[in-house]
Amino acid sequence: MEISPDSIILWQWGFITINGTLVFSWLVMALLVIISLLITKNLSTGEHISRWQSGLEMTVIFIKEQIRDITQSDPLPYLPFLGALLLFISVSNLLSPVPGYHPPTGSIYTTAALALCVFFAVPVFGITRLGIKGYLKHYIQPTVFMLPFNIIGEFSRTLALAVRLFGNVMSGTMIAAILLSVVPLFIPVLMHLLELLVGQIQAYIFTVLATVYIASASKTQTEDTEEEAVYQDEDENEI
Amino acid sequence: MENISLIGMISIIISGLTISVGTIAPALAEGRAVSEALNAMARQPDESSTISRTLFVGLAMIESTAIYCFVIVMILLFANPFWNQVIQ
Repeated sequence: MEISPDSIILWQWGFITINGTLVFSWLVMALLVIISLLITKNLSTGEHISRWQSGLEMTVIFIKEQIRDITQSDPLPYLPFLGALLLFISVSNLLSPVPGYHPPTGSIYTTAALALCVFFAVPVFGITRLGIKGYLKHYIQPTVFMLPFNIIGEFSRTLALAVRLFGNVMSGTMIAAILLSVVPLFIPVLMHLLELLVGQIQAYIFTVLATVYIASASKTQTEDTEEEAVYQDEDENEI
Repeated sequence: MENISLIGMISIIISGLTISVGTIAPALAEGRAVSEALNAMARQPDESSTISRTLFVGLAMIESTAIYCFVIVMILLFANPFWNQVIQ
């Protein structure tokens, strides 16, 4: 019973080790890419939409609406990054009942990498929206004395993102493994169900928190009424 | 008492204490959060999706403290550096 997929070493050559975390991450990435490629080969906007295409549309629209709700602005610039986060974490937690599979998010390195992506994405989105000065102004709001606390807050919430996801996924796999060796048959199945539910909730929480951090850093100060009017029209043309 | 049994004993005792004491406060806090969220949903049913989402985000943040305790317990029991060093 391993504490993380890092200890499953598949191939070692010199200082390059291919461990379980890498292989399972690649597996999830390949799965997502292949499924998306297969579904989007023949996109149709007519009456007969295949089931897979409408499933994919539902997923994308769900993510879009969540982002729009939280950021109160156009979700399209944020959609690739946040959608990729949600899909990767969700699929990697969803495949956990598959035998021989260890979720790559059960390794602190994967979750730390995802949290670092969010850590760097927040200034990138903030600076593209507000410019460097506008973004740096956030750190001295509401007063200059808050500057150290804001900086520490940035680091601590990134750390919290990583540890939260890691702790939840690792605890799920560990409890399932321990119970399998103690009480066979029914109780591990219940624990697997709980693990699946928790995995999906944690994927959603990770994405929503990333959206909240990005939205709070790229909040525009003034309300543009014209922009909102144009935005409403664009809403009506959407499916 | 030698090092090896001392480290093993203290690790086990502290793991048990950590997880039991560390989950009291988050559980109470989550109960309060859910009850306030239900009150708010009863008062304003139209906003229940926003309230739900805010509730889940808040629950995840509260849960983090319990998860930190759990991670420490796992480290103490399964990846304890002091134990690994002392059994060499």
